[in-house]
Amino acid sequence: MTDAVLTLAHLNKRFGALQATRDVTLDLRPGEIHALIGPNGAGKSTLIAQIAGSLKPDSGGIHLAGQEITSLSVAQRARLGLGRSFQVSSLAEPLTVLRNVMIATQALQGHSFRFWKPVHRDESLLTPATAALERMELTHRADTPVSELSHGERRQVEVACALALTPRVLLLDEPMAGLGPEGSARLTELLETLKHEVPILLVEHDMDAVFRLADRISVLVAGGVIAHGDSAAIRANPQVREAYLGD
Amino acid sequence: MIKSTTPSLAPRRVPTPAASWHDRKHLVQIGLLAVLLLAPLSAYLLGHVYYVNLASRLTLIAMAAVGLNLAIGYGGMVSFGHAAYFGLGGYVAGISAYHAFDFTPVIGWPIVIPGSDSMLAIWLATMLVCGLLALVIGTVSLRTSGVYFIMITLAFAQMVYYFANSWPTYGGEDGLPIYLRNSLPMVDTQDPLTFFLICFGGLVMSLALTSRIMKSRFGAALTMARLNETRLATAGIAPYPIRLVAFVISAMITGLAGALYADLNGFVSPTMLSWHMSGELMVIVILGGVGRLYGPLAGAILFVMMETLLGGLTEYWKLFLGLVLLLVVLFAKHGVMGWLAGRERP
Repeated sequence: MTDAVLTLAHLNKRFGALQATRDVTLDLRPGEIHALIGPNGAGKSTLIAQIAGSLKPDSGGIHLAGQEITSLSVAQRARLGLGRSFQVSSLAEPLTVLRNVMIATQALQGHSFRFWKPVHRDESLLTPATAALERMELTHRADTPVSELSHGERRQVEVACALALTPRVLLLDEPMAGLGPEGSARLTELLETLKHEVPILLVEHDMDAVFRLADRISVLVAGGVIAHGDSAAIRANPQVREAYLGD
Repeated sequence: MIKSTTPSLAPRRVPTPAASWHDRKHLVQIGLLAVLLLAPLSAYLLGHVYYVNLASRLTLIAMAAVGLNLAIGYGGMVSFGHAAYFGLGGYVAGISAYHAFDFTPVIGWPIVIPGSDSMLAIWLATMLVCGLLALVIGTVSLRTSGVYFIMITLAFAQMVYYFANSWPTYGGEDGLPIYLRNSLPMVDTQDPLTFFLICFGGLVMSLALTSRIMKSRFGAALTMARLNETRLATAGIAPYPIRLVAFVISAMITGLAGALYADLNGFVSPTMLSWHMSGELMVIVILGGVGRLYGPLAGAILFVMMETLLGGLTEYWKLFLGLVLLLVVLFAKHGVMGWLAGRERP
């Protein structure tokens, strides 16, 4: 527990009668991919929202690199090194890929109340943004507006934006959603190269990707973690098979 | 393969004219400024002072709209209350001149602030006062968005309007005259052409400032706040302070235009604060092209020309303004600037 980068301790969240998060405790260690799986309605999105800061938990605590972040805003958490991607791409459509990524590098360099220097020739923004694009093999699309990208490319831009933050933790919310088998395999490869740089908390429906990528898997059902272990243990767990894998 | 081989289903824009569109935009911008500069110059030489003053009026309305465009067009904050800053700027000029004329202080206690007929002092005071008002109004209003933001900015502006209307010290609903136009060192502000050039300078400065700001980091953050605030927050930049600062700068520009406007007319009244004024500024921004740098100028030229030409024929000229606005909204979403200079490139 001590060396974990991200720790969730006894998180609870209730919407009226619905307990969306039930005493969730889990952690993310350096160099690992920790996958979070669960059937629809298990409370994965609610949990992600609490980690990212758009929802406040009713009780429990979240620590990022030893620092309590439970009551911080989305922007504050991002500045502390929490990078995330969205289930449904959340990018500025009319802007180019590069501009979308540059916003993240800009935030890294302190406040944005700088009114004079043009960003389009600011090397301190361009260099890291270009590097993040290179990591996601998007260099050739840098000057293309996001609105002209394919679905798969958008997913890559999402990850590049998160990477440009030089995060301590990556929170990826169904990065494979809507990708075909080919795109999915490709993104899986890209993520595999990342995991030793930055630990990833991965919420994913694509079981092939999860079993291939994840070092540890937690299974969320009805808001609570019902099982926890490596791929083999999860595959063998009868409770999980019943609740989720469907046999 | 996700690579570039993916065919784009949307019809691709023809690649070659990209550079020339850019050039065309600059030509249109320079053209608009040249017309605005040369028209009153020739009118002055021909002895038609009326047209010089008309050009000053046009310039100041355009400048006020440049301020509003920063909020609406670049920041996505549809303020229906910018008359508050326009009028307040006017009142700063009027009240300051009134006290300078009377040799009484504007504020006598606890600190003494004397009146002044110096434009420089008035401009500084205008920026300060309008900035403060916008800070207060923005702090509250920016907690809402959409229709609520429109209504709350309108409500605040109406409060300022009714306050000015019922405050007898400065003329109440009758307004406040400025007997002698405020002064600048070494410049004869009484001269219509000189005054026009001051207004023109103000417009060019506010255009240059907007352009520069929007290319900076602040501009990048403001653009992202408009397009996708979740993305901005996820990147680690809180959208609210960015919007608030843009709102304050926007109000300052509109306020400065208002201070000059009162000097142009030698008169300031609650009319400058009324919601009609807010609406007019909004119409000008939309006519010219929302979020286009020179949109407010193009819109103001169209607006003032219609007002002058059609207004001479019929007092119902706004009927035609309405028709034009309808046409622009339906068929030319990028306004006059979109029509003249093409679409803005990303």
